[in-house]
Amino acid sequence: MGEVIVITSGKGGVGKTTSTANIGTGLANAGKKIVLVDTDIGLRNLDVVMGLENRIVYDIVDVVEGVCRLKQALIKDKRYDGLYLLPAAQTKDKNAVSPKQMQDLCNDLKQEFDFVLIDCPAGIEQGFKNAIAGADKAIVVTTPEVSAVRDADRIIGLLEAHDLRNPHLLINRLRVDMVKKGDMMNIDDMIDILAIDLIGVVPDDENIIISTNRGEPVVNDMKSRAGQAYRNITKRLMGEQIPIMDLEVEDGFMGKIKKLLGFGI
Amino acid sequence: MGLFNRGANSRNIAKERLKLVLIHDRANVSPQLLEMLKSEIMKVISNYMDIQNDELDIQLTRTKSDEGDRTIPALVANIPIKNVKAVGK
Repeated sequence: MGEVIVITSGKGGVGKTTSTANIGTGLANAGKKIVLVDTDIGLRNLDVVMGLENRIVYDIVDVVEGVCRLKQALIKDKRYDGLYLLPAAQTKDKNAVSPKQMQDLCNDLKQEFDFVLIDCPAGIEQGFKNAIAGADKAIVVTTPEVSAVRDADRIIGLLEAHDLRNPHLLINRLRVDMVKKGDMMNIDDMIDILAIDLIGVVPDDENIIISTNRGEPVVNDMKSRAGQAYRNITKRLMGEQIPIMDLEVEDGFMGKIKKLLGFGI
Repeated sequence: MGLFNRGANSRNIAKERLKLVLIHDRANVSPQLLEMLKSEIMKVISNYMDIQNDELDIQLTRTKSDEGDRTIPALVANIPIKNVKAVGK
């Protein structure tokens, strides 16, 4: 029996979909059987981030309405063994799926897959309630900004009210240069404020945009720091003890030279 | 303080502002209610101890419950004591 993990944040644009795509791909690379479920009905995006937008025939609303069987709606990602996507509907609204239907769907998917990753819509309304209805575990994504952290705090409270205890924190888009200058909250600041366990820290990395442009998850980019961060998160989800990576290390040739000469700061 | 005050550490400003706004968000406890609570607590403690009123810090935060399976709201008070009064001895 698999585990259903919802990736949520409250605030939009902090990296829920990117995180879902990368964690899912990372877990599939590790030999797990994964399904990514896009619950952002009306604003679907996980398909384009994954580069699977041209393969959609049926969607999640078709499944719950019985238009097709669950298996027919699952898109197999041919690049990665064991990775599937259940896309959101683009032309329906968030009430097209009910929490009960979502629970049933998650229970069905759990039988087949090791991990069911739910990409949650922004906000705290019906779409959010649906997305978390069948979840066993939650990952809360935030960036080091007051608005995102405030919303993350609200989401943590709502998750607990829905019996989703011990959510994990994923800090996205951390800028080490700004943290060093004292112009961005650091990892400890955010853990201190939100008081939940950390699952990983993803540094701000332009490779995310480049890989998303191509429809290829950055987790497979061995040179990308964000990719490394997602690979670490994947391992932690599978129960490995991996320390939070040293974000201070500079990239590139000059960084290596500086490090060799002891300017590693 | 102004928009162009680059000297201030904006990380700390963010942290302090967040902590304040979250007090209200978390338990629907207004800053006024917290102020009232604060003065009542000071009144009671002052009967037994001299405390540093200006250093008194009371805030609503989140903490892990004893069972460790969930986080719960907690009232955290940091009250520096100057002197314990000789009452009740």
